[in-house]
Amino acid sequence: MADTSETVPEWPFPRDMKCPFDPPPGLINLLENSPVSRVRIWSGETAWLVAGYEDNRAVSSDDRVSANTRRDGFPFALPTIRTLSVGQPLIMALDEPEHGELRRKLLPEFTVRKVNALRPRIQSIVDELINSLIERPTPVDLVRHFALPIPSKVIAEMLGVPYQDHEFFERVSDTMLSNPDESRNASKELHKYLHRLVDSKRESPSDDLLSILVGHWIDGEMTKDEVVGIGHVALVGGHETTANMIALSAAVLFLHPDQAAELRESTDPAIIQNAVEELLRYLHIAQSGRRRIAVDDFKIRDQQVRAGEGIILAGNIADRDPDAFDGDTGALDIGRRARHHLAFGYGIHQCLGQSLARAEVQIAIGTLLRRIPEMKLAVDWSEVPFKDSNLIYGVRALPVKW
Amino acid sequence: MRIVLNQERCISSGQCCMIAPAVFDQSEDGTVLLLDASPPISEHQKVQEAALVCPHSAISLSAQDE
Repeated sequence: MADTSETVPEWPFPRDMKCPFDPPPGLINLLENSPVSRVRIWSGETAWLVAGYEDNRAVSSDDRVSANTRRDGFPFALPTIRTLSVGQPLIMALDEPEHGELRRKLLPEFTVRKVNALRPRIQSIVDELINSLIERPTPVDLVRHFALPIPSKVIAEMLGVPYQDHEFFERVSDTMLSNPDESRNASKELHKYLHRLVDSKRESPSDDLLSILVGHWIDGEMTKDEVVGIGHVALVGGHETTANMIALSAAVLFLHPDQAAELRESTDPAIIQNAVEELLRYLHIAQSGRRRIAVDDFKIRDQQVRAGEGIILAGNIADRDPDAFDGDTGALDIGRRARHHLAFGYGIHQCLGQSLARAEVQIAIGTLLRRIPEMKLAVDWSEVPFKDSNLIYGVRALPVKW
Repeated sequence: MRIVLNQERCISSGQCCMIAPAVFDQSEDGTVLLLDASPPISEHQKVQEAALVCPHSAISLSAQDE
């Protein structure tokens, strides 16, 4: 919808980088004063901005709301996402029943049992990286030598993507999430790479997720494009996000030494598990807002949404909603009951890899705190390069010393 | 407490199994398996959490006694 009103603010809102772990002040203001409002996105079009926790959940589960990026007027986060959606839609852009059909083929590989079976392997990967880390002269970039390799190796092994290609897939993923001009080319490069890899799995299958999906392709249950699409989502979604969570969690804990000490000294796994839920809530790295489009008229509180209008679900501010969480929601409190956060989304599209992500962050942070207890930031906070204009928040580098 | 599962709404997120493993298990295809429809009081808080966290409202709770 076109709206030339000058009072409609531009989205996304800028953060106050003096408080790099807080959502933009403009968003905090909206939650308080105007939880269902309008914003203007890059295309000049306006969309509904939903800030409240209950509203975020309700809209995520509403059948009158679609994730289909091919619909006219869909409020893309970047102009390049529209061009990317011309081909086979990725799983997050499908509605039912196609979405469920595809998702059910992946579910068996992401069950809690399967993820728990991976924990020892994740622990070894973390241990090896820390062993190398402590040999390095400081300052060391914790992103390059710890936060990024952990999920990168885990997802590469799980999928069957050769880790020696990690610089390539890390580069294209980063480009897709940060650089609108280069995003399309990066995506094409990744697709070409995955097509070749999928072909090679067909010829010589292995014990990995891509080979299982290739099996579905051979049986006619999936198309090759669907297999490649899943590889794309798992690879990009499976490492960039988790890497950002690990790095940001380490960073924010530098500011909370008492809580870090509590985590370090505790022998109860429930303490680290709950801490990670609070870190997920507090950091909520999906900062650009989940994008949807209305397919029918409906109301959010007293606001009338019409079919065809774009919706942005600002989960990051919803996770600071004082009506949904006890205590000061603007503070980090690892003892808070935060399990019901929206960091992985809500509804049918909720992150498929969430159990894996949780395991990785728990093991990474828990082990790091115990093995290098004196770790601290090696530079001024103002020198830490935050990814404040990416789709997913994080840091480009985190120079540390001990 | 009595648990009523809407099996069709289950999207296999596995969160209930992580939160209350004595009450919920996950089958091989990922969907929920209810282990105890009338769990003991020691499990009630976890079950309430699981019901809240379920991303597709597949778990309903009633105060009905056995």
